[in-house]
Amino acid sequence: MATISRPAPALPAQATRAARPRWGARLAPYGYLAPFFVLFAAFGLFPLLYTAYVSLHRVELQTADRMDWLGLQNYTRLFEDPFFWNALRNTFTIGVLSTVPQLLLALGLAHLLNYRLRGRTFFRVAMLMPYATSVAAATLVFAQLFGRDYGLINWVLAGVGLSPVDWQADTWASQFGVSAIVTWRWTGYNALIYLAGMQAIPGELYESAAMDGASRWQQFRHVTVPGLRPTIIFTVVVSTIGASQLFGEPLLYEGNAGGGISHQYQTLGLYMYEQGWSFFHLGRAAAVAWVMFLLIVVLALINAAIAARRNRTDR
Amino acid sequence: MKRSPLQGGPLAYAVLTAATLAFVFPFYWTLVAASRSNSELSAATPALTPGPNLFHNIGEALQQASIGTALLNSLLVSTAVTAGVVLSSTLAGFAFAKLRFRGRGLLLAVTVGTMMIPPQLGVIPLFMVIVKLDLQNKLPAVILPSLVSAFGVFFMRQFLIQALPDELIEAGRMDGASSLRIFRSIVLPVARPGMAVLGMLTFMATWNDFFWPIVALSSQNPTVQVALKSLGQGYVPDQSIIMAGTLLGTLPVLVVFGLLGRQIVGGIMQGAVKG
Repeated sequence: MATISRPAPALPAQATRAARPRWGARLAPYGYLAPFFVLFAAFGLFPLLYTAYVSLHRVELQTADRMDWLGLQNYTRLFEDPFFWNALRNTFTIGVLSTVPQLLLALGLAHLLNYRLRGRTFFRVAMLMPYATSVAAATLVFAQLFGRDYGLINWVLAGVGLSPVDWQADTWASQFGVSAIVTWRWTGYNALIYLAGMQAIPGELYESAAMDGASRWQQFRHVTVPGLRPTIIFTVVVSTIGASQLFGEPLLYEGNAGGGISHQYQTLGLYMYEQGWSFFHLGRAAAVAWVMFLLIVVLALINAAIAARRNRTDR
Repeated sequence: MKRSPLQGGPLAYAVLTAATLAFVFPFYWTLVAASRSNSELSAATPALTPGPNLFHNIGEALQQASIGTALLNSLLVSTAVTAGVVLSSTLAGFAFAKLRFRGRGLLLAVTVGTMMIPPQLGVIPLFMVIVKLDLQNKLPAVILPSLVSAFGVFFMRQFLIQALPDELIEAGRMDGASSLRIFRSIVLPVARPGMAVLGMLTFMATWNDFFWPIVALSSQNPTVQVALKSLGQGYVPDQSIIMAGTLLGTLPVLVVFGLLGRQIVGGIMQGAVKG
């Protein structure tokens, strides 16, 4: 390394040629990183940190240049707003309604996809198709299927003698409808993640379990599920984070930022959008964003704690 | 691929077929609804098979929410973003995977750490930056912030750690190749399969992105997803035309998916094992 600091002009031509790549080699990594980090700093990191600063000010959409210091007032206003608590509650219930069935279904499907099957590539591709659609397209289709008067789902319900459900105005039914869109889009994706994890479990474990007389169900419970634990934790964390940010589905379900006539399915993500871009309060929207972030941190910590505890009890 | 431990029985086929139908039906329904008239859709017994109105409805949709412009915009944005993400991720991923330098651990930790942070957290200042740069309602507003992706860097790093033997780079160095030369003639060819998977995932995600475009763009100069939103918001929304627009917005991704579905499935499973 000492040769690098030696003055280059004093050296014979051959030595300079040898020294030059060394300089280059030392600086090259930063050159490779520069395109990423320059843009990442400007459009990724800076906004993240600056949101906290914005949340302490009054900033209105029309005059986004002007910032008046408010201290914590945006936050106190938020906590006094019943619609904020409503959105928090809805985010939680829709999160549970979409994440739990989604991951259970994915686990079951992955188990089946892991069998020796004809046409398994076909099944895998078909299962991932919903992932290829956009939130907007999926929501518009489902909103139509869930229509109160002419929706196909109510038509089928009537056909089997059940009374129609108001999938948009009723609180639970509308939250179920929004959750159904999320579940439809992400179940196949999660199934593939689980399948990848299952294929990493050594086949000998199943063979020896079978020799011990374990049924398929017992093999699933005592070989597959424990082997998948890290993957399951990963999907739980990712889906929880995704559920806490739900935005497009509730926005387009009926097409307004309120999340239904009585805000019955307004999520925190939608509430933030409404504050910022329907009511023009960017400062308050920034406060909502920070509350959402803290919520995610808390959820991640709870997940980590549960995972750690389960590991302990296993030993 | 590893041999599966168990042979699937009839029950497995039955359940998987049912699930496949549930996953595919909404696509079929989009086609049915897009090819019927609004009154046929609101009949007492709804039509369950495709009808004759497909091209008429598509024509209407193209006129109504400037879907034509939107498709072109989406294509421009998705192509630009894909090129940017694949290139910047391959460069940075290579550096993180194979080069030693000061601050490597910290920079990598920052990159990976931000993947857990919700995009909403950055949207408000980002919006203020866009307004300040006078880019509101213009395509660069959607392209610039997406040109790099922390996930992409992580993905390429994981790929190159496995795919690129250190000896290959050493050999290049011994031959006196410059760093850039090594990248061009050794790293890039090896990285190509990973770049292809990252490119497909990025293209699909950008084409389908909703939250930031809806904030940054207006319905005058939309991407497809923004146009779909305004299509659904007419005073008397015509369902068959909404579905025709939805079909137009979904078709390009479905075509990509139809051609490359197998590779996309492989890419996601690969990413899952390594992640």
